[in-house]
Amino acid sequence: MSEVALKKRRPKHLQLTEIRLPLPGFVSILHRISGAGLFLMLPFLLYLFTSSLWSEESFAQYKAVVSNPFSKLILFGLLWAYLHHFCAGIRFLLLDVHVGLDLPSARKSAGAVLVVSLLLTVLIGVKLW
Amino acid sequence: MVDRIVVGAHYGLKDWLGQRITACVMALYTVLFAVQALGLPEMNYANWRAMFAGGFMRFATFLFFACLFYHVWVGIRDIYMDYVKPAGIRLALHAVTALLLIGYLGWAAQALWRL
Repeated sequence: MSEVALKKRRPKHLQLTEIRLPLPGFVSILHRISGAGLFLMLPFLLYLFTSSLWSEESFAQYKAVVSNPFSKLILFGLLWAYLHHFCAGIRFLLLDVHVGLDLPSARKSAGAVLVVSLLLTVLIGVKLW
Repeated sequence: MVDRIVVGAHYGLKDWLGQRITACVMALYTVLFAVQALGLPEMNYANWRAMFAGGFMRFATFLFFACLFYHVWVGIRDIYMDYVKPAGIRLALHAVTALLLIGYLGWAAQALWRL
């Protein structure tokens, strides 16, 4: 059978609003979203990093930026993105070496990633705020 | 399990593996950074600067950035491959992203090496 005919017979269901993602799928898409968000905010983060190290004056400028409530909110979001990406990444590495591949443990570890990254965000966020 | 023999140019395997190795380096650095930052007696310019000025921490931080930008390259390229179908736009995005990341590495290195 030709490839075109095969493609036509394949059922498609890509209604994003109707698909109920299972927990591991949810963690997976959040891994991608957090990664993309961190990438887009790299200029801001690099600006903060370099100005914090450049000189006494630029350090003061850095302090002023990070104490602004609006940038604090953004940094809080980025902190979550980093921690989620970190935790989910460790989970994916373990899955790569065939640890926790069966469905019940994969669901559990996905839930753990969500909970642990949120907890760490709150913990570190409160300490830094 | 499928025993697949990897043949050909290995581009996919190289990036897949590179993404994971850089992830491990960054994860280790994250822990190192957290320990060092928590150990600072006070968050001021002198202490913060001294934290990165040591030979090892400077080397590790540079390695972190190099790994980060390679990791970003693989991850963002995957996103483009999944969602951006027109070849011209995808090529443009690839080029802009690669150039940005090279620039970022220079930016970070400059900040580290003038300490």
